[in-house]
Amino acid sequence: MAFFIETLISGLMAGMLYSLVALGFVLIFKASGVFNFAQGAMVLFAALAMARFSEWIPAWLGLESKFLGNLIAFSMAAVVMFALAWLIERLVLRHLVNQEGVTLLMATLGITYFLDGLGQTIFGSNIYQIDVGMPKDPLFLFQDTFPGGILVSLEDVYAAIVAALLVGALSLFFQKTSTGRALRAVADDHQAAQSIGIKLSRIWVIVWFVAGITALVAGVIWGSKLGVQFSLSTIALRALPVIILGGLTSVPGAIIGGLIIGVGEKLSEVYLGPFVGGGIEIWFAYMLALVFLLFRPQGLFGEKIIDRV
Amino acid sequence: MSDSNTTSNPTNAGTGQFPAGPPQGKLPPSGGSAVHAVTNVGGQFSAGPPQGKLAPGGGSAVHAVTNVGGQFPAGPPQGKLAPAGGSAVHAVTNVGAKSIGDVILDVKNISLSFGGVNALNDISFDVREHEVRAIIGPNGAGKSSMLNCINGVYVPQQGTISFRGQTFKHMNSHQVATMGIARTFQNLALFKGMSVVDNIMTGRNLRIKSNIFLQALRIGPAQREEEAHREFVEHIVDFLEIQAYRKTPVGQLPYGLQKRVDLGRALAMEPQVLLLDEPMAGMNMEEKQDMSRFILDVNDEYGTTIVLIEHDMGVVMDISDRVVVLDYGKKIGDGTPRQVRENEEVISAYLGTSH
Amino acid sequence: MFYRENGQFKTSYRSDQQIFPITQDRWMVLALIAFAFIGVPMLVDEYMFRAILIPFLILALAALGVNILVGYCGQISLGSGAFMAVGAYAAYNTQVRIEGMPLIVSLLSGGFFATLVGIVFGIPSLRVKGLYLAVATLAAQFFCDWAFLRIGWFTNNTPSGSVSVSNLQVLGWTINTPVDKYLFCLGFLCVFGLLAKNLVRSAIGREWMAIRDMDVAAAVIGIRPMYAKLSAFAVSSFIIGVAGGLWGFVHLGSWEPAAFSIDRSFQLLFMVIIGGMGSIMGSFFGAAFIVALPIFLNQFLPWFGTLIGVDISTAAVSHTEFMIFGALIVWFLIVEPHGLARLWSIGKQKLRLWPFPH
Repeated sequence: MAFFIETLISGLMAGMLYSLVALGFVLIFKASGVFNFAQGAMVLFAALAMARFSEWIPAWLGLESKFLGNLIAFSMAAVVMFALAWLIERLVLRHLVNQEGVTLLMATLGITYFLDGLGQTIFGSNIYQIDVGMPKDPLFLFQDTFPGGILVSLEDVYAAIVAALLVGALSLFFQKTSTGRALRAVADDHQAAQSIGIKLSRIWVIVWFVAGITALVAGVIWGSKLGVQFSLSTIALRALPVIILGGLTSVPGAIIGGLIIGVGEKLSEVYLGPFVGGGIEIWFAYMLALVFLLFRPQGLFGEKIIDRV
Repeated sequence: MSDSNTTSNPTNAGTGQFPAGPPQGKLPPSGGSAVHAVTNVGGQFSAGPPQGKLAPGGGSAVHAVTNVGGQFPAGPPQGKLAPAGGSAVHAVTNVGAKSIGDVILDVKNISLSFGGVNALNDISFDVREHEVRAIIGPNGAGKSSMLNCINGVYVPQQGTISFRGQTFKHMNSHQVATMGIARTFQNLALFKGMSVVDNIMTGRNLRIKSNIFLQALRIGPAQREEEAHREFVEHIVDFLEIQAYRKTPVGQLPYGLQKRVDLGRALAMEPQVLLLDEPMAGMNMEEKQDMSRFILDVNDEYGTTIVLIEHDMGVVMDISDRVVVLDYGKKIGDGTPRQVRENEEVISAYLGTSH
Repeated sequence: MFYRENGQFKTSYRSDQQIFPITQDRWMVLALIAFAFIGVPMLVDEYMFRAILIPFLILALAALGVNILVGYCGQISLGSGAFMAVGAYAAYNTQVRIEGMPLIVSLLSGGFFATLVGIVFGIPSLRVKGLYLAVATLAAQFFCDWAFLRIGWFTNNTPSGSVSVSNLQVLGWTINTPVDKYLFCLGFLCVFGLLAKNLVRSAIGREWMAIRDMDVAAAVIGIRPMYAKLSAFAVSSFIIGVAGGLWGFVHLGSWEPAAFSIDRSFQLLFMVIIGGMGSIMGSFFGAAFIVALPIFLNQFLPWFGTLIGVDISTAAVSHTEFMIFGALIVWFLIVEPHGLARLWSIGKQKLRLWPFPH
């Protein structure tokens, strides 16, 4: 029983990380209708930037405090993500404004490959560490109810808190600020938004930047947990089923979808895996997504799509 | 005196004496050109009420059509009474009024809503065979939605549609197409990636029998079938006068020609009922005349029943036999053009009065 | 001056509809095919065959299949690697488990099983399109990745997880030299190319394109979306499956599931995008481009590096490759969404007028 709860909790934690990545997808889709396949590459790129900057900056500036070093590294990484957002809008999005979704999807595929190559060229292709002071100790809960207690990784708990804060901040941003309102307007109808004076290019830069920050946070958390390496970019592929489940346009959907996928993957691996030879984690999520696609394509919280003829 | 705008092959323009019987200006059949003949302009017929009025001032285009190698379902060659007044179009021919048949399409109590929006509210009307039925009304009245229900694109929440006596609660697009109902679209749902000929060829798809393997090998029956259908499509291309644009990708054509291709594609299905959704939207006077001519030719020559959504009142009053008026999803008028024109409610909702 | 259509009048629909209506085109293509069969084996060395020509032929075949699904029918697919895998493993099992099975039959049976899998994973296309369909095809990709790795039956229970075939023979002709392999693959490509071209210019091809361009209108005309989409998946998967069989049998000789991973799917999709979606010729251009580019970069970049005094390692070359691929995809999508095939036909248009400017 304790083992089940442990698996459940570790699934929830993993799911939280998926949600962070999925959040970036949802943000960009909500505000520009573009499905950003490159989100995973952005996570990797951001993580690489953070990892290398946190290495280089203390050396350049001769800093003693790790905290200060990390802070500056984070800020610099954020600036890099802003520059990236601006470049993507300028060079790619602006020219593909009226194209259909499939073209934009494939363009983001191209961006993925480009970012992968660029990141490794600039920052190197070894495995790097990110150390932001996350505690690595395990935590034992409920030692009275269950013998030995339930093992929970403190790091995961911190990660979950950070993710929750981020989601909260984003929700506030969307609902309460005028920029957030403008973003929602653009998501609804590009042309109508333009006609009331909203500058599309500015909105897109903001959106990709916000998604970039989300990617940065996700990258830091993943990176500090697993180390920053190339396989991080496959995270995008892991996060796709999350969005299908949650709904492409829904922020709460990304969270809940992530949790469901995380738990589902872990549980299926532990309880079903042994019967079929193991390693089913990766396609379990996709099969679940497939089921949803057949019966409820808009996911749990997404909007139904109506075609007008 | 032929009017400035009459086109193609006038035969007795101006002299006016016809022998008894339907006017014949047939083109010698020369492998594929179809259709035009022009009746007299201002002359006398041997039978029937005087017809063939000249359009006052600007319009003209007078045509009737005889049957030239038509493969369409047989229908008696038909002419029409020229309605009084009017501008754009008069179609004229032969003896007597055209025979309008029984009810072919019967729409009963159709209600359609999207989420909270009521597009159609308890609409009922019928369409008789061989007639031209117009559906008019302000924008947003639900006219296109009505056609979409008939075609199976939308499924109404309530009501039934009967075609030739068979009743359906909702229509399935494929079934509707096999039954012989074809349609054009307000926003031109053409296949932009294909040429004009290919677009019209897609209309023949229902009649292509060879399977995928034969098509891959392209021998024997598959090849012959392809050629036979190409020939039929060429008839339509001639009819619509778009020969010069055969191989052009449809996306590069001007709007008016695209509308013709849309019509051609519907015609390729050899339909018994043709649903036209604003076929003359965005056209100038001359293009409207051409389009009206085509529509009437189809109705006359092949006996195709036409259901027509249109905003140009002149056209509607001239070419339709009966009219249905919709407003905000409700039916507010149903009858002959004259009746509808004098209906108070229709006037206040749509036609307007002069001040 | 040389490329004029003057005097070439068509007197029958048949001649109007043929694959190469312009006489000069016909001669060019015939000459090219003759050269490919006869000239190339005489002129080219073994390395070229092994490294460039054979992969090109097989991937061109696979790209052809992908183009039918993505380019002609408009159904996005990221699972082509999986279909290649199914073709390869099915052909392997047919060849190994059934005594005396002819090679070509095994390969075709690989295609057949790929068709079945393709139809199954094509069913979501009846409900969703665009990105959602891409996710469904990814499900196929990951599921097959796992199946061929973990289910021992597929690999004939080999302990290492990789399978191999040897001693390929067709009616007594043993295929072991690079030239033999090249001719074998070339034969397949020519046959399938012709069949595919016939399909896309006949009724089924028009159905596919109608679904791609506007599926609601297609339904109203009487085209059944289900039949059109599933037939596209079926035909496409068949061709991809056969290509997978060829890849494993002829090019690799022995392989693991990783040979057909998601990178392969992306590679095929890129070939189709760069080469030209909705164009048979485009598939060939795209395949040639993507096969040649890494080799070109491998030679060019280090040389370029020595020119400017920078030492470019092999890792750096592969990173640059990624960057160039990505940039090219974006560039093509912006500038010429119809790919190299469109550039080619524009070139021919200009050639028609040459030497006159207009």
